[in-house]
Amino acid sequence: MFKLIPRENVSPVLSLLGPLFSVGLTMIVGGILFYFLGVDPFAAIKMIFWDPLMSETFSTYSIPQIFIKGAPLILIALGLSVGFKANVWNIGAEGQYIMGAIFGASFALSLYPLESIVIFPAMILIGVIGGCLWSIIPAFLKVKFQVNEILVSLMLVYVAEQILALASLGFLRNPDGAGFPGSRNLNQYTSASNAEIIVGTGIHLGVLLSLLMVIFFYVLLFRHSLGFKIKLLGNSPKASGFSGDNSNKLIFLCLTLSGSLAGLAGIMEVAGPAGQINIDFNVGYGFTAIIVAFLGRLNPIGIFFAGIVMALTYVGGELTQFMLNLPAAAIQVFQGMLLFFLLSFDLFVHYKIKLKGNK
Amino acid sequence: MNNKIENTLFQCRAINKEFGNVRANNDISINVRTSQIHALLGENGAGKSTLVKIIYGLLQPDTGSMTFSDKEYSPKSPKDARALGVGMVFQHFSLFEPLTAFENIVVGLDKELGEKELHASVITLSESYGLEVNLSSFIGDLSAGERQRVEIIRALIQKPKLLIMDEPTSVLTPFECESLFKTLKKLASEGTSILYISHKLKEIADLCDTASVLRKGAIVGEYDPKKMTPRELGEIMVGQSLFEPKRPVATNKSNKVLSVKINEVKPDTQFGVTLKNIDLAVYQSEILGIGGVAGNGQEELMQILTGEKKDRNVSIKYMDNDIEMLNPRERREIGLAFAPEERLGHAAVGNLNLLDNSLITDPKKRFQKKMGFIDFGELNAYTNEIIEKFNVKTTGVSALASSLSGGNLQKFVVGREIGQKPSLFIVNQPTWGVDALSAANIRQAIVDIANTGAAIILISQDLDEILEISNKVAFLTNGNLSIPTNTMDIKTDEIGAIMGGISD
Repeated sequence: MFKLIPRENVSPVLSLLGPLFSVGLTMIVGGILFYFLGVDPFAAIKMIFWDPLMSETFSTYSIPQIFIKGAPLILIALGLSVGFKANVWNIGAEGQYIMGAIFGASFALSLYPLESIVIFPAMILIGVIGGCLWSIIPAFLKVKFQVNEILVSLMLVYVAEQILALASLGFLRNPDGAGFPGSRNLNQYTSASNAEIIVGTGIHLGVLLSLLMVIFFYVLLFRHSLGFKIKLLGNSPKASGFSGDNSNKLIFLCLTLSGSLAGLAGIMEVAGPAGQINIDFNVGYGFTAIIVAFLGRLNPIGIFFAGIVMALTYVGGELTQFMLNLPAAAIQVFQGMLLFFLLSFDLFVHYKIKLKGNK
Repeated sequence: MNNKIENTLFQCRAINKEFGNVRANNDISINVRTSQIHALLGENGAGKSTLVKIIYGLLQPDTGSMTFSDKEYSPKSPKDARALGVGMVFQHFSLFEPLTAFENIVVGLDKELGEKELHASVITLSESYGLEVNLSSFIGDLSAGERQRVEIIRALIQKPKLLIMDEPTSVLTPFECESLFKTLKKLASEGTSILYISHKLKEIADLCDTASVLRKGAIVGEYDPKKMTPRELGEIMVGQSLFEPKRPVATNKSNKVLSVKINEVKPDTQFGVTLKNIDLAVYQSEILGIGGVAGNGQEELMQILTGEKKDRNVSIKYMDNDIEMLNPRERREIGLAFAPEERLGHAAVGNLNLLDNSLITDPKKRFQKKMGFIDFGELNAYTNEIIEKFNVKTTGVSALASSLSGGNLQKFVVGREIGQKPSLFIVNQPTWGVDALSAANIRQAIVDIANTGAAIILISQDLDEILEISNKVAFLTNGNLSIPTNTMDIKTDEIGAIMGGISD
């Protein structure tokens, strides 16, 4: 058998190369997968990574779409990365995202058809609160009873999905919707619509916020004492206690911060690109954001680029579905491979392998 | 001349051993004569451990040869070494806690022996060498001294001609040290050679017939410790002249800085120590030394003093304020500073650079601008100041703490705390694992701030350190603190009596 031995000097160059390496390897292995699915691998890879940006036919639509799909990923991943730095593992951003959307949409739709300029900001705030509340559950259980936050936050995703079904089929169902599941379309409700801010592109407020948040989190993590406290807790809980920090407060903060951002992403999505609460309005951004956070090395700038790359696979993936009949699941496998290769690459960056038995 | 060669039991010639780029042993040759206690003296990292591991078969030398009883000797494993007559007692015990003392001895044997026969020979051994152990006790219930005796019996039962002892006194009370020395002297007088590894100079002078001094992997020379002062020997070991810090002179008895009263504080884990009946006070410009063997409540007391652990049964008064419910940061803000024993992962964090490590203790928010933003200019200046003042060897402020050697990291931690100009400095094991020169510097720095008016609580398992610089001493035994006495008035045998309570 073999044994993993930690490397004494971890090369910073290798560590930066990790994300690039994993993207490259995903292309190769993904291409092989596509080949066996009966699709020309070169055409498929080109269509995922190249055409959305460069093709004249697609790029005018695709480039803004990359930012629209990237925005929720970046928002959620930024929140998660703060927790991950502190060794606090919120895996349930998907649930917090759904709850943010339901809270915000419920508030706005309860006022329909009243028109007022306060509805939109209040709806966003309530969406944030919704995501935050959903993360308070694992935060409270973790701090009070040392319950594992990974399990609780993950399980709550499935609870949130049930509530989403309940809302779509029940209390939020569009009364004028001829019995179809799903709420009223918020885009048709002026006071609550997260309308595009650049005409004809679909770019909405959430995209702008995601860019601002990248800057905000960069400053928080690298220039502010709170960012230092989070880093200290993640590196050594004992040193954090010696410094005088209350680890419970920090854990609570990390979880609720990530929950709030997931809630923000949720309400932005439902009032914007998605338009309505429906059974399947969530497309797994909360889970994909975990990949984005790691692909971006838990660094806000890195997360921005990782979010863009990941959005590219969404947009390009849609193109391949449409043009090459590639199944949607193939694209999810493709995205999963990114994290898989990144984590395996990291293992070799941090450890060397030694065969046991021989000296 | 002829006589000398006949007397040689063990010899190594030009031993070399490299680890990566580090030459741990560089052309080492020593001669251990029959019936002698031969000291191997050197600082941490001088290559002592590597050499004895080679002798005991745990490591193989890159080049060089050894002879034992005039025969070629190259053990491939400790089993080979034992079979040829070399035994070793490790610094960190290798006993099984859930087994009894006797079972541990049986487990350690290479050859099968009848139980009755073995039992008889163990008893004979323990009686004739003063190695008293209750053979049916579980190891987990034994003190460090008793465990060591089990280890020694386990080594002696195989009748070694050469016994290697690796820093045996680091875990013992003075009383236990005395009885160990008697045992070793008796063994030597009966023909066993002992290779005695230590960096404690006084005990080497008491015990050893000859001393080989190692420095940076090479032999400096062989000396007669009886004909030299410990200080001379220390200077040879370090390679430069040493100074001895002097304890602060002017204790200000009218200014009580801290008083601590603890009735009873239960530990957080089942392996912890219950603190009981602790009553101490420390005055301005005074160093209060708290001695005792490891695991008698030092860690627990430190946590209470830093505020990492708070307890209603504790009363801590700092200059007329009750501070027992304050957290470490709040305590720092009013003038306390702390340096816990564990450097990596407690006082400092290996994965963070020195700038970040300066931020860990930031009383009075010196490195913060408005709204909690970090003032990197100040932080940089302060960190550089520590590095310069305390002669911390590092590549710069952005070096990771884990890249510093133990001694340099300790200088950094002590410097970081002293730089805050505390009124009260509480430090646990400030020179543990630190080279002699750095240790003297750290002690001097502690004395210096006491001389400028700070009160110091010095928790240390190094008795010499406590006796050297503290004005008053008290001892922790099993969570109890003895009444502080003036250091000048105390005698070594009294210390033994106070600390001795632990061993039985």
